[in-house]
Amino acid sequence: MTDRKTLITSPYTLGAPPSRPGETTDFGGKWKEQPEDLGRPDPATCSSQDTASHASGLIRVLNDKGEAKGEWNPKLKSETLIEGLEYMMRLRIFDDRMIKMQRTGKLSFYMRSLGEEAVAIAQTMALQEQDWIFPSYRQPGAQFVRGRSMVSMICHCIGNTEDNVKGRQMPVHYTWKEGRFISISSPVGTQFSQAVGVAMASAYKGDDEVCISWLGDGTSAQGDYHYALNFASTFKPPVILNVVNNQWAISTHRNLATGGRTFAERGLAYDIPSFRVDGNDFLALYSVTKWARDRAGAGLGPTHIEVYTYRTGPHSSSDDPSVYRPADEFASWPGGDPIERLKEHLINKGDWDEEKDAALEKKIDAEVMTAYKEACKFGDLASGPYPPASTIFTEVYETVPWHIQEQREELGK
Amino acid sequence: MTKMNMIAALNSALRCQLEKDPNIVIFGEDIGYFGGVFRVTDGLQKDFGAHRVFDAPLAEGGIAAIAMGMSLNGLRPVAEIQFADYIFPAYDQIVNEIAKIRHRSGGEFSAPLTIRTPAGGGIKGGHHHSQSPESQFTHTPGLKVVYCSNPYNAKGLLTSAIESNDPVIFFEPKRCYRGPFYGDPHDVPTWNDHPDGEVPDEYYSIPLEQARIVRQGEACTVIAWGTMVHVSEQAIKNSGVDCELIDLQTLLPWDRDTVVNSIKKTGRCVIVHEAPKTSGFGAEMSASIQERCFYHLESPILRVTGWDTPFPHTTEWDYMPSPERIAEAIKKTQEE
Repeated sequence: MTDRKTLITSPYTLGAPPSRPGETTDFGGKWKEQPEDLGRPDPATCSSQDTASHASGLIRVLNDKGEAKGEWNPKLKSETLIEGLEYMMRLRIFDDRMIKMQRTGKLSFYMRSLGEEAVAIAQTMALQEQDWIFPSYRQPGAQFVRGRSMVSMICHCIGNTEDNVKGRQMPVHYTWKEGRFISISSPVGTQFSQAVGVAMASAYKGDDEVCISWLGDGTSAQGDYHYALNFASTFKPPVILNVVNNQWAISTHRNLATGGRTFAERGLAYDIPSFRVDGNDFLALYSVTKWARDRAGAGLGPTHIEVYTYRTGPHSSSDDPSVYRPADEFASWPGGDPIERLKEHLINKGDWDEEKDAALEKKIDAEVMTAYKEACKFGDLASGPYPPASTIFTEVYETVPWHIQEQREELGK
Repeated sequence: MTKMNMIAALNSALRCQLEKDPNIVIFGEDIGYFGGVFRVTDGLQKDFGAHRVFDAPLAEGGIAAIAMGMSLNGLRPVAEIQFADYIFPAYDQIVNEIAKIRHRSGGEFSAPLTIRTPAGGGIKGGHHHSQSPESQFTHTPGLKVVYCSNPYNAKGLLTSAIESNDPVIFFEPKRCYRGPFYGDPHDVPTWNDHPDGEVPDEYYSIPLEQARIVRQGEACTVIAWGTMVHVSEQAIKNSGVDCELIDLQTLLPWDRDTVVNSIKKTGRCVIVHEAPKTSGFGAEMSASIQERCFYHLESPILRVTGWDTPFPHTTEWDYMPSPERIAEAIKKTQEE
């Protein structure tokens, strides 16, 4: 036997985060990429190679001064931007209320979208109402855009008598068919490949529908991510596949989900146009998603998007990130806060001011409180009422088969 | 009526469905232009178009996910997993997603899809072309599990599976694709001379959740599915015991009434399956039967199954339940 000759000192590379608690993460200050850096290719003629620089770079619209610049500026009307700002504020205030409920034992569990509010909201606003939304657990904000009532959402999170999924799922696992919002599932990534099937069905039927789906950087290690990209690559259905790279999957840093390069660049190997976009830049997210929607709607197939952002909060109410990452790491994230950035932009344009902002916050806060109180009328976690126990046995199949009927009778409820 | 083997009968079922319902799409590995490794989809792409009958990438997990997505959006997909042994990359999609979506969405969404897959041994397929993993799915609420045994019930049951609004895992005993199997690998009959090889060309269906009494008898009830129906038939002949033979056809939910009524009459029971004994579906049936028939039983319920080992290659005839082993069990039920 001969000794192994190697240029490295450890047996294999271990993906690790840039810093641990007590250390300081250097994200390099401001983004070096600027809104003017990248052109906007024509969605009707773009090939995947045309997006190579977009996949390795970073698409931005809002510059460091809060101005909208470059070819990707969607030039949205102020009322649309204010609508987006309101949805994001609503989501954050809603999340704050829900996490307080969880802390006081009124919800079993909760997951906030903190710092990632722009993702589902800007992207859903760039779609059309007939488009299918196949979310992961940090895109509940899409429901605000589609008009779901907060009472209905809170009833689900409590699991009370008005929970449309009848107390069967953990909080935040929303389902809402009316809004074409398909059920959130805990096994991460399964929705990604299913979304390709949803889009293939739309294409088969000749319907003008696009399906959008998201998963996280951590989940992109799953086979389902690669199934989705490969099926999207070969069948080219109208689907928009987003990797929300928020740096962290519970304590698993993104360096364990990929050995290098950007997540967006993976799409190029599947010959899918791929973009890396500042996930805290409402305008850039809107613009890139609209590009993908236009292309998919024209029958030209999928788009792959890396939404580059930072998970400001814990993974869930059960998580304490201060034990595995610097507690203030988010403060040095170059992307800043998506709500503050859009607000700054609107103020710069003269379409918004602190007074309006405070008034809107107060209005939303009151609406959330009202919705919360209304939802609790249908039962709270501590004292119920809950959906009847008979709901354990229904909707397992279209009709209740004999063996389940017997078990229901055994329970006697 | 036309003489058909099981492959032709399954093809006929798919053909009738494609004609009847524009929302049927069929896909899987090698099933399009080529017509499938066992020829079940032969000619369907040519007759119904490449958008309705198409080849999929080699990714069972992706195939199941695509089927689910399509079914959520109004289609009624029929996916093929080339061998049941290869279904496990799709297990998460089947068990956590396809089976649960109706319940977990409060009934707002459902996945009316069928997954066809050839299963079972007898083709010298070794451990990765021979397994019979039905009990991996009968333990999953939300699925229906069907196992056909002959051309006539293959077409009728597949029709009902596709029309079911619940997801169905449809097992096809590949050893019986071209003829019944009576336990002697040197005797290779075809379906030509078998009454169940007579299959109507036109549409018909056989209800799910119903067992089929293959042979009436008074002294012992033998329960089997797939290839084992025919092996058991041979064993019954060899044993000289007047057995009632039940082809279970649907395993989840299974037809307990037919089984219980038979055992109340015979007082004795042998359950036969190819899959390993431990946690096999025979265990579930045996437990249920004793709950219902305890005072009618004259002897212990016996199981004749594959061994609790990986499925072998050259020694498969010592692995699969043989007419001899089954006949021995039948005779043993008569001793007490």
